[in-house]
Amino acid sequence: MANISEPLSPAFIGAAAVRGDLLVRIRRGAEYVAIPVFALVVSSVLFSVFLLALGKSPVEFFELVHRGGFGTAFSIQNTLQRSAPLILTALAVAVPARIGLIMIGGEGALVLGGFAAAVVAIPLVRGHVPPPITLIVMAAMGTFAGALWVGLAGYLRHARGVNETISSLLLTYIGIAIMNFFVEGPLRDLTNPNKPSTMPIGDAYMVGKMPGTDVHWGLATGIVLAIVLYVLLSRTTFGFAVRITGGNPRAALAQGLPVGKLIVLCCMLAGACAGLAGFFEVAAIQGRANASLAAGYGFTGILVAFLARHNPLAIIPVAILFGGIVASGGLVQRRMDLPDATVLVLQGLTFVVLLVSETLYGRFKIFQVSGTADRT
Amino acid sequence: MTDSPFLIVLFAIVGGALRVSTPFMFVALGECLTEKSGRVNLGLEGTLVLGAMTAYATSYHTGSPWLGVLAAGCAGVFLGGIHGYVCKLPKVNDIAIGIAMMLFGTGLAFFFGKSYIQPSAPRLGSFSLGEWTGNPQIATALEVNGLLIVGVLVAVVMAWAFANTKWGLIVRMTGDSAPAARAMGVSVDLVRFLATAAGGFLAGVGGAFLSLYYPGSWNQGLSSGQGLMAVALVIFARWKPLQCVVAALLFGAAGAIGPALQSVGITQGYYFFNAAPYILTLLIMIASAGSKQAMRDVPGELSIIK
Repeated sequence: MANISEPLSPAFIGAAAVRGDLLVRIRRGAEYVAIPVFALVVSSVLFSVFLLALGKSPVEFFELVHRGGFGTAFSIQNTLQRSAPLILTALAVAVPARIGLIMIGGEGALVLGGFAAAVVAIPLVRGHVPPPITLIVMAAMGTFAGALWVGLAGYLRHARGVNETISSLLLTYIGIAIMNFFVEGPLRDLTNPNKPSTMPIGDAYMVGKMPGTDVHWGLATGIVLAIVLYVLLSRTTFGFAVRITGGNPRAALAQGLPVGKLIVLCCMLAGACAGLAGFFEVAAIQGRANASLAAGYGFTGILVAFLARHNPLAIIPVAILFGGIVASGGLVQRRMDLPDATVLVLQGLTFVVLLVSETLYGRFKIFQVSGTADRT
Repeated sequence: MTDSPFLIVLFAIVGGALRVSTPFMFVALGECLTEKSGRVNLGLEGTLVLGAMTAYATSYHTGSPWLGVLAAGCAGVFLGGIHGYVCKLPKVNDIAIGIAMMLFGTGLAFFFGKSYIQPSAPRLGSFSLGEWTGNPQIATALEVNGLLIVGVLVAVVMAWAFANTKWGLIVRMTGDSAPAARAMGVSVDLVRFLATAAGGFLAGVGGAFLSLYYPGSWNQGLSSGQGLMAVALVIFARWKPLQCVVAALLFGAAGAIGPALQSVGITQGYYFFNAAPYILTLLIMIASAGSKQAMRDVPGELSIIK
C-alpha cells in the first residue's frame, strides 16, 4: 500500500504531541509548510523559464494571475467561486489518502453527483415542490451518487485488490460516459438545441449567494466540511483508526480494526464531498447538467490535496490559491496570447516539483527535533 | 455474402480491432517493460497524448510521418526519463508521480498543440491484409498500418529478450528483487531509469499512431484514457509481452463495437459502447487483480497490485 499519508500537521506527530512541547510541534510543523512553499517557488521559477523560452514575459504572467485572481473585489469573488469545488474535490483526495489510498476519481464523482442532482430535480420542479425541499433532495442525491462512485473504487480495492488509482480514474471516464449517454439521449432537453443538457432547474430553484457577496453557498459548505473532516480525522477514534490503517494496514488488522469498513467509509466520505461539489456546480452555477460539469475541478483538486499534504484545513488556502490561478486563466489567455492549456502546464509542473520535493523531508537539521526522527 | 449486416459488423470489428489496438499495444508493451523492472508508470496517458501531438507537428513541418513517429518516441523518452529519474529519489512515490506526469504531459501537448488542430499533416500509409480475398469491402476493412507489424515484432523481440538475453535477465531481476540485483553489482536505479525511458519511447510511438493513422488527426479529445487502460491491461497480460498483444487486440475489438454498429445504422447506445472499453478494463481488473495467477507472475518489487 502506498505510503502517502504521513502525519500532516503538528497535531498528528505522536511523539511530540505526547510531550506537549509547543515549540517542538511548531518546528516539526514548519517543515510541512516550508517544503511545499519551496516547491511552489521552484515550480514558478521553472515555469518562468518555460515562458521566457517562448518569448513571453513571466512578470506579466504573474502580474495577470494576481490581477485576474486576487486584484479586485470582483476577481476575488470569482476566485472564491471557483475555490468551492476545489476544496470539495481536494477533500475527496485527502480523506482516502489518510487511509493510504491514492484515489483520483473526484472528477467522475463530481460529474455524476451533479448529474444525479439535476435529474432528481426534474420531477420535483415540475411538481412545484418548494425550492428548499428540492435543493435538499438534490444535494442528498448528488452526495449519494458521488459516495457510491468512489465507494465502489474503495470496495474493489479492499475486496478484490484492484488498484484504486486506476479504477477510480476508469470510473471517472465511465461516469462521464453515463452522463453523456443520458444527456444526449433519454433526458435531453429538446428545447435547447445548442448544447445537449438536462432540463434546467430554473432560477427559482438555484442556490443563493452568501449574504453580501457574489459567492454561492458551496464555499461555506466546503470550508465547514473541511473543518469537520479535520476534526473527524485528527480528534476522534474513527480518525485514529483511519490513520493506523493508513500507516500500517497489517497492524490495523492485527488490532482488530474493521479495515474494510474503514476503507469503504473513507472512500464514500470522499465521494460524497465530490458529489456535493457537483451538486453546487449544477444548482448554483450551471442550472442544468451537461458536459461543462467535467471542467477539470476533480483533477486540480488532486494537486490541491497533495500540496496541502492531505490536511483538510490546509486545503482551504491552497484551494483559494488555485481557484485564483484557474480564474485568471481567461485574462492570461487574452492578454498574452497563450493557449488555455497554460494553466494545465503550470499545474502539471507544480505537481511534479511538489512530489519531487517529498524527498527533502527530514533532510534539514533546522526542522529536526531529537526523539522525533523520521519514520520512513 | 458481404451484404449480410452481421458480416459487415464482424469485419468492421476485426478491422477496427486491428486499427484501434495498435496504440494499446505500444503503451502496454512500454508499461510491461517498465513494470518488469519493478516500477509503475501511470503517466503513459500523458505520454500518449504528447506523442500524438509531437508526431503530428513534426509530420506537418517536415512532411515525413515516419520522422513524426521518431519524434513522438523522443517525446516519450523525455517524459519517461523525468519519471525514471525522479523516482529514484527517496520518498518519491512512483504512482503519484505518474498522475503528475499524466497532467504535465497532457498540459504540454494541449499547450503546444493548439496551433496544429487545423492544419493537415501527412499521414502514415497503409496496406491491406485482405487483398487476397478479392473482395474490396473486406480489403478496406482489413487495412492496417506498418506500426501494427512493428508492434508485434517488438513484442516478439521483448518476449525473447526477457527469456534469453543477459539484458532481459537483468531487467527481470531488478523487478523481482532489488537487493538481489544490487548484490550482483547491477545499478537498480539505472536499469529502472532506462526501462522507464524506453517504455516512454514505445508509448510515444503509440501516440504517433493515434494522430498519424487512426483516427488520424490531432485534437484535444484524441485520447481519453487509452494510456491508462493499457496500463491496466498489463496486469491482465500478466507482464508477458505476447499476451499484451492479445489483450490489446481484445481491447481494440471492444473499442470498435460502437463504430461498427454505427456503420450499419445502429446508433442507439453509442455512448454506452464508447464506455465499453473502460467497463471491460474495470471488469478485467476485478477478475485478474486479486487472482493467484497474477500474484505468482507479478514482479516482486511492484507496488501496483499489492
